[in-house]
Amino acid sequence: MRVALFVTCVNDALYPRTGQAVVALLERLGVEVDFPETQSCCGQPQFNTGYRHATEPLVHRYAAAFEGYDHIVVPSGSCAAMVRENYPRMGAKAAAEGRGGVLAAVAESVVPRTYELTEFLVDVLGVTDVGAYYPHTVTYHPTCHGLRMLGLGERPRKLLEHVEGLELRELEGAEECCGFGGTFAVKNAAVSSAMGADKARHIEETGAESVCTVDNSCLMHIGGTLTRAGSRVRPVHLAEILASTKEAPL
Amino acid sequence: MSGSGSRETVLARVRRALADVPRDERPEQVKVARDYLRVHGERTPRERAQLLAEHLADYRAHVHHCSPAALPRTVAGLLALRGSRSVVTPPGVPDAWVPEGMRHVRDSAALSPRELDAIGSVVTGCAVAVAETGTLVLDASEDQGRRRVTLVPDHHICVVRVPEQVVDSVPQALERLDPARPQTWISGPSATSDIELNRVEGVHGPRTLDVVLVTDDAAETESTEDSEGAEDSEGAAGNGAPPRG
Amino acid sequence: MSVTYLGMPPFPQAAEVSVRDERLRRNLRHATHTIRDKRAGAVAELVDWAALRAAGAQIKDRTLRHLDHYLEQLEGAVTAAGGTVHWAADAREANEIVTRLVRETGEREVVKVKSMATQEIGLNEALERAGIAAYETDLAELIVQLGDDHPSHILVPAIHRNRGEIREIFRERMGRWGRPAPDGLTDAPAELAEAARLHLREKFLTAKVGISGANFMVAESGTLVVVESEGNGRMCLTLPETLISVVGIEKVVPTWQDLEVFLQLLPRSSTAERMNPYTSTWTGTTEEDGPRTFHLVLLDNGRSDTLADRVGRQTLRCIRCSACLNVCPVYERAGGHAYGSPYPGPIGAILTPQLDSMDTGLDTSLPYASSLCGACFEVCPVAIDIPEVLVHLRERVVQGGTATVRGQRTTVKPAKGHAAERAAMRAATWAFDHPRALRAGERLASRARRLVPRRLPGPGRAWTDTRDVPAVPPESFRDWWRRTRGPQGGPGSGGRGARPGDSDSDSDRNSGSGDSSANGNDKGDGDGPAGMVR
Repeated sequence: MRVALFVTCVNDALYPRTGQAVVALLERLGVEVDFPETQSCCGQPQFNTGYRHATEPLVHRYAAAFEGYDHIVVPSGSCAAMVRENYPRMGAKAAAEGRGGVLAAVAESVVPRTYELTEFLVDVLGVTDVGAYYPHTVTYHPTCHGLRMLGLGERPRKLLEHVEGLELRELEGAEECCGFGGTFAVKNAAVSSAMGADKARHIEETGAESVCTVDNSCLMHIGGTLTRAGSRVRPVHLAEILASTKEAPL
Repeated sequence: MSGSGSRETVLARVRRALADVPRDERPEQVKVARDYLRVHGERTPRERAQLLAEHLADYRAHVHHCSPAALPRTVAGLLALRGSRSVVTPPGVPDAWVPEGMRHVRDSAALSPRELDAIGSVVTGCAVAVAETGTLVLDASEDQGRRRVTLVPDHHICVVRVPEQVVDSVPQALERLDPARPQTWISGPSATSDIELNRVEGVHGPRTLDVVLVTDDAAETESTEDSEGAEDSEGAAGNGAPPRG
Repeated sequence: MSVTYLGMPPFPQAAEVSVRDERLRRNLRHATHTIRDKRAGAVAELVDWAALRAAGAQIKDRTLRHLDHYLEQLEGAVTAAGGTVHWAADAREANEIVTRLVRETGEREVVKVKSMATQEIGLNEALERAGIAAYETDLAELIVQLGDDHPSHILVPAIHRNRGEIREIFRERMGRWGRPAPDGLTDAPAELAEAARLHLREKFLTAKVGISGANFMVAESGTLVVVESEGNGRMCLTLPETLISVVGIEKVVPTWQDLEVFLQLLPRSSTAERMNPYTSTWTGTTEEDGPRTFHLVLLDNGRSDTLADRVGRQTLRCIRCSACLNVCPVYERAGGHAYGSPYPGPIGAILTPQLDSMDTGLDTSLPYASSLCGACFEVCPVAIDIPEVLVHLRERVVQGGTATVRGQRTTVKPAKGHAAERAAMRAATWAFDHPRALRAGERLASRARRLVPRRLPGPGRAWTDTRDVPAVPPESFRDWWRRTRGPQGGPGSGGRGARPGDSDSDSDRNSGSGDSSANGNDKGDGDGPAGMVR
C-alpha cells in the first residue's frame, strides 16, 4: 500500500504541526507515508471564488504529484471535497467548453484515491482506536464540507471517543457553519464575523479546553475569533489529538 | 396586442435553451424513479380511521364518531354546541341531517357571498379523506357543493363515511380524484404561521372544523370526541352541552 | 426591468448594516430556529423522504428538458377547460396583460393571493400606476403592504417583524385601507389574525377580480394548484367573477399523479406540516362554481435564459418552499432585505442574478452571499445543489463566458471591480504551480513572521477587524519534511529523483491562462517517482 500525504497549502505554510501529526499518527499505525514535494494547493480558493480556469493547472499538478500512490491522505475536509467533488465538475466543464476530456480523465484518476484523514483511518485502516492519549475536555465542530460534501458522519466522533482521557463536550448548533467560507470571510466580513462570534460563544459555553475540527482553515477563523475575544479555548486539529500519546503528548 | 402575447417568442427561447437535449428524446425517457412508498405502513381499516382522527385532531379539527342512524343527532348536537341558528347545505345532503327548527338554506348559484356570510354553519360530505396527513378532500360533488359554501361560513361540519372514504396516503387519494373537478383539500381549520412562524388557527376560512366519522359498527347512539380542544369551541356558551351517549 | 429593487446596494453593504440590527437578528433567529426543528420532525416522519426528494428532482428535470412540449400541452388543456392563456416574455409585458384584463372588467380594485411571480414583476405598482388598487390578502403580505415595506422571506414575508411591531402597523395603518384595527388590539397572534380577518372580510365579499399565482400547473389536465394556509387563497380563487393567475413557465408538472410527490414534499419543507390547511385545484372554469372567467398568464422573465444554462437550469426546479432560507446562517444574520429582491436567502442568491442576467451590482454580489456551507442543498426538497450553482455564477462574474440574455446567446465580459482579485488569484496559482517560488515565499514569511501586525491594512483589514491572524511558524511543513526526511519523490520509478520538488520545469506552460494544460503530462514530475525507500 503506497500512501502519500497531501498536506494542503494552509497546513504547509501555517500549520506544519498538523502535517507532522498525520505523519506521526500514520507511522504509529504502521503505515509508511510519503510526501511528494511537487504537491502544492488543491485550488479551492481560486475555484470557489469563480476562477475555474486559473485553477486548472493545479488539478494537473495534484494528479502528477500523486501519480502511482494507492491512497492520498488529506487532513482537511474541504480540500478533500474539492478534489472529489469539484475536480470532476471542472473536467466536465472543460469538455463542455470544447477542450476535450483530458482534464476529466485526470480528475477521475485521483478522485477514488483521495481520502480525508478520518475516512482513511476508519474505512481503509479499519481503526477507531488509534491509541491516542489526550487528557482534556474537547468540543468538536464538524466542518461543513466534511459534514455535507464528504459525508464524514460519525467517523471523527468515533475516533475522539476512543482517545484515552478525552472528555467530549456537546456543542450547541454544532452543524452550523462557523462563517469562514474562504473568501467569504473577507468579502462578507460582517456576516462572517457574526457567524464566527456565535460559534465562538457556543464553544465557550461548553467549557471545553480545546475545540477540534478536521479543517485548519475553519479553525483559523474560529481560533482567530476566540483569541481576539480573549478566550483561552485552544483550537486544535483532530490529527494532533490523535497523534498525541502518553509518551509524546500534545 | 394579440390575446396570446409573446407565445412564439417564449416557446422559441425555450427551444433554443434546450439545444443540449437530443432531438429524438421523448419526455418519458427522462428517468423518474417512483420508488417512494405508496403507503407509509400497513393498517387495518380501523387503524386507518384512527390515524385519520389523530391527525385531524393534531391540527385542531374536532373529531366525532357515530353510526349512520345517529348522524342527524350528532349534527344537531354540533350545531347546538356552536350556537348556530342557520345552516347551508349542498343539494346532495339529505334533509334528515339538518335538525328541525333550524334555518336551512340550500345552496344555489343565486346565493351571494354576503348571504353566505350571514349563515352560521355548513354541513357537507366529502370525496375522500387521507389518514396520513389528516386531510379531507371535497370535489364539488352533490353532497359537497360549490367551493364557497365550505369557505364563507365560520363553522364547517364534514361527514366522512368510514371505511369506504378513507385512504392511507396522498398518492391513493389522487388516484381516486378527477382533476377536472374543482377541489379543496382541507387539513384542519384555517391557520397562519405568519407571526413569528408560530401557528395560529383561524384566519379567513372556517375557524371551527367538525369532522364526523360515520361507521357502521359505532354504537348506535353514541357520539364521542377525540379532540381535547372541542370543549372550547366558540358559541358553546348558553347553548347547552353536546349530546354525549 | 430588474428583479432586484431599484437602488439596492450590493449584498455586503446591505448586510453590514442589517447584521447590526439586534432586533432583526432576534426576530429572525427565533423564527428560523423554530421552523427548522419542526421541519426536521415533519421530514423524519416519512421514511421514504430521500426517494420522494429524488423523484421530485427527476419530475422537474423531465419537465424542464421538455418544457416546450409541456407548455403547449398545458395551454391546450387550459383552453379546452374554458380558460384563456396569455404569454409574457418579460415583466413589462405581463403587467400590461394583467392591467388590460382588469380594465376590461371595469373594476378598479383587485384582491390578491400571495404570489412570488407577481412580486417579481412588480404587478402591484404597475396596477397602481393604472389606477387600480391591489389588496394583498395573505396576513404577512398585508403586514408588508400596510407597513410600506418589502417582503423578507418567501413563505413568511413579514418574518422580520415581531408581534409587537405587527400590532403597531395594524393600529396605525389599517384604517387607511379599510376597516381599522379593533380598539384595544393586543399583540397576541390570535388577536392579530382576527383583526386581519375582519379587515379583509369586506374586500373578499365584494371583490370582482382575483389575482393569484400557482404552485403547480398540471400539463395533462390543465389544472392549477394553490397551496395555502389561511383561506385567503380560497377566497380569491372562488369568490370573484374573474380570476387572473400569473405563473412562471417552470411551474408546470406533467401529470396529475406527479402531484403525489410535491404535495408530500412542499408542506413538510415549508411550514413543517403533514399537509397545509388548504389546497385548491381548478381546471379552467366550472359552471356556477367559482370565477366565470379565467386567465392564465405564463411568465418567462428570464426563466428561459436560466433554462439555457446547463448548471443553472436546476434552479428552475424550485418549488418556493423556503426551507433553504430557514437553515441558512447567512440569511439568519443578514435578513431578507439585504438580498434586494422578492427572492431572499440561498435560492434568491442564485435565482435573482439569473433572472436578471447579472444586470446590477447587487446581482453580481449575490453569488458571493454564501459561505458554501451546503445546509441549503441538504434540506432542498428538489435537491437543487445551490452551492454548485453559486460557484458557477461566481465564474460568470469574474471569468465571464457565454450566457443567454433575453433569448440571445451572448459573450459575457467579467464584471468590473475584480481586477485586483483576479491578479491575486492568478499570482496564487502561479506560485502554487512553481514549488521553488512557493518554498521561497514560505521561507520569507517565516523570517518576517514577527513583523506581521495584529491588524492588517488594506483588504486584510476585513479579516483582522474581528479575528486574529494565525502565527506564521518558523518552518513550513515541506522544509520540516526535507530537513528530517530528506528530499525524495514518489513511488514507482525506483530511482531517486533529482530533487523533483525543486524543479520548476513542470510549470513552463502558461499558468492561469485559462486553457487547460491539456496534455496532463507534467514534464518535470516525470523524474519524480522514487519508490518508498527512504
